[in-house]
Amino acid sequence: MIFDTTVWMSLVILLPLAAAITAFLLPRHALAIGLTSSGLIVLSVIALTISLVDGGAARDQMGGWGAPLGIDLVADGLSAVMLLMTAAVGLAITIYAKGYFPARDAHKRAFFWPLWLFLWGSLNALFLSGDIFNLFVTLELLGLSAVALTALVGKPTAVRAAMRYLLVGLAGSMMYLLGVAFVYAGYGALDIAQLRMLVADGPPLYAAATLMTVGLMMKGALFPLHFWLPPAHANAAAPVSALLSALVVKAPFYIMLRLWMDVLYPLADTAAPQVLSALGIAAILWGSIQALRQPKFKLLVAYSTVAQLGYLFLLIPALLADSRPQVLGAIVSFMVAHAAAKAAAFLSAGNILHATGDEQIASFTGLLRTLPLTVTTFALAGLSLVALPPSGGFIAKWLLLDRALANGDWWLVVVIIAGGLLAAGYVMRVLGPTFRERETKPTNARAVPRSMALSAFGLSVLAIILGFMGVYLLDLLAIEPVSMMVGGG
Amino acid sequence: MTETALLYMVVGVVLFGMGLFALVAYPHLLRKILAMNVMGTGTFMVFIAIAHNGDNQPIDPIPHALVITGIVVAVCSTGLALALASQVQALTGQPRIDGSEREE
Amino acid sequence: MIVTPNRMMPSRKRRKLRDENYIDDDVKLTPARRVILAMVAVLTVVLVMAVFAVPDDVVRLTQLTEDRLPESGVSNTVTAVLINFRGYDTFLEVSVLLLSIIGVWSVARRARVPVKVPNTPVLRVFVRLLMPLMVIVAGYLLWIGSDVPGGAFQGGAVLGGMGVLWIAAAVDDPGSRERRLLRPLLIVGMAFFLGAGALAIVVGGSMMQYPEGEAKTWILIIESAATFSIGATLVMLFLGGQPGGSSREDGKKS
Repeated sequence: MIFDTTVWMSLVILLPLAAAITAFLLPRHALAIGLTSSGLIVLSVIALTISLVDGGAARDQMGGWGAPLGIDLVADGLSAVMLLMTAAVGLAITIYAKGYFPARDAHKRAFFWPLWLFLWGSLNALFLSGDIFNLFVTLELLGLSAVALTALVGKPTAVRAAMRYLLVGLAGSMMYLLGVAFVYAGYGALDIAQLRMLVADGPPLYAAATLMTVGLMMKGALFPLHFWLPPAHANAAAPVSALLSALVVKAPFYIMLRLWMDVLYPLADTAAPQVLSALGIAAILWGSIQALRQPKFKLLVAYSTVAQLGYLFLLIPALLADSRPQVLGAIVSFMVAHAAAKAAAFLSAGNILHATGDEQIASFTGLLRTLPLTVTTFALAGLSLVALPPSGGFIAKWLLLDRALANGDWWLVVVIIAGGLLAAGYVMRVLGPTFRERETKPTNARAVPRSMALSAFGLSVLAIILGFMGVYLLDLLAIEPVSMMVGGG
Repeated sequence: MTETALLYMVVGVVLFGMGLFALVAYPHLLRKILAMNVMGTGTFMVFIAIAHNGDNQPIDPIPHALVITGIVVAVCSTGLALALASQVQALTGQPRIDGSEREE
Repeated sequence: MIVTPNRMMPSRKRRKLRDENYIDDDVKLTPARRVILAMVAVLTVVLVMAVFAVPDDVVRLTQLTEDRLPESGVSNTVTAVLINFRGYDTFLEVSVLLLSIIGVWSVARRARVPVKVPNTPVLRVFVRLLMPLMVIVAGYLLWIGSDVPGGAFQGGAVLGGMGVLWIAAAVDDPGSRERRLLRPLLIVGMAFFLGAGALAIVVGGSMMQYPEGEAKTWILIIESAATFSIGATLVMLFLGGQPGGSSREDGKKS
């Protein structure tokens, strides 16, 4: 489409970073720069997708050198889906942030945009990277921007949560990096496509697998290394919470997918994938139960993230066994549905907080009357989280159940259904009070800016629409690199 | 692997372990940040060891370049960590983040 | 200095010292810490065993980089990898530098000079002598980086050190005119890198693909810009905040 796919790949990475520089250089125009560049980035991602659909998967050799000497960017169906997910959620959050950061808080407004654009750029770079060390650098970019965004709101709880997030994130990065060292020591390559052909069972691979998986678990908040997530996601500003839960925490999981499919696959029949699946089960149960107990809205949503992340790990053993395309389709559609629904949930929390100043769920009585659009937003998001038809969450869970049944994993089926019931529990905890009539008049409810209300609502609608787009998503995912051979040398 | 390289790798891994322990076990923020740096240094040592091809042999430049990148990234992370830590101290009076502060 | 309580002291003083020195409690090996120690020790031992199991005959990239060195425009293999073969990594790394400053400035309050150095005449004169020398050393390190270990990061580090000396010795107070140069100085490295990367695409290659034969020129331009940014970033990290910038409470324009 117009340009070669590789040009769009570079553009999708360079645009947000260039915008971030500009927003930092001209802080008074940060908002305008943020809005314009977001539009351009979304268009580029769409162009990249169209180009991929037309021309198939692509490999862009940075500097023209080609792996193993240089770094390659790889765009296939999975990258495209992740990029689209980031673009859709990112656009909504951009519009939301326009209304969220008022003109009088110049400090936060001036710093939000460069940090957010850096985060977007790092995500795009991460989803296109084909080199395990390059993935480390993009992970660092992602982590630092996420931490700074968490601390931006300035409350003591947020700053402490950000500190904890940073320390856990850095521990994870260092473990991942040592894993990269073992891979290079044992196999002499850093490019994923090359490694796919070079790796074999052996101690260096065990060491690398342990280090990299545990490191990525820390960054991706898989039980039991999830403890940093609830305070960080709950105390950040609403658009930041949405970014963190919907996008940031998915990136380490994406890397784990790539690694286990292409680099660590000789270890597929060890206990490791089963352990991950078991931890996923624990995450679903623990996260959901904790969500049921939270008196504050954002903490409930944050624990819901812990639980929903568990679903992603349930089918890892199946992914590595066989029937990869279908299992991948189930996992990825869950990731995408959750992103839209969870972002919508956090944004609606932000709306409620903006309007009433109260985050306690107990105070939500009668909100349906005062904030109908916001309550509808959360209801739709909840629909997807509980996985009722016709939402994206429903399709995703249906695919997961289908795969679990096909493999005869009855306990997984039980867990998935139980998780759904628990989710229904915590969603109704929030929605229930809103339907009831309020005895006393609500005290000065502030109007929610249109940008905030509409962007949140749009995301929740997207979560539902995803239920009808399952076929397209699976088709897109099917775009795979044709040949595994790498040029150059 | 040459003997020198083995020695450096083992020392690097041990440093990594020591750093990981201190990062997890001790509550003072400054100590955690220093521990993170020790972990990083251990990892870098492992990379440098991999690059060794024998005395007076040309080195493998890839790990060296990776370490330079890694050092810069570690310095930047440390810088942000220190700024955050000093902000934690300014806001809460204590250079530590243990104890639950689930909600505001 | 930390005075540790010992048995020779009267018990009341010992108790007071123990309460003040919470540092002691920090490092006590509680049962929880023993567990963590055990787990980390096991991991370390496993990793050491894996180290010994690394095969001897793994073909890494030494030969390949030697072979293609002439195409890179420099004659030092590490510099070639850093700036040319894996230049994309270096670009992202320079981005991390800028991001960390943005992060620090967004989090912290106004910068404070953290070191109080007594302002003696010896210090003032010596620093004024050293500073130009350090600039020359930084430039030299940058220039020779193409042939021997050196380059933008090393030169930038020396510049950073110079900046720290400058501030610690309070040689000069940066006026508002210099402060306006600060943000451009911080971004110029990443901006040049990004611009070169994009320009390479326009000129008909892929990102960061320097044109045939002109690699050395492009590299020099990018590295020079990067050296300034790296030096400035390191100094700003040292300061831990925005010099003269608004503190978080103001909310006025930054």
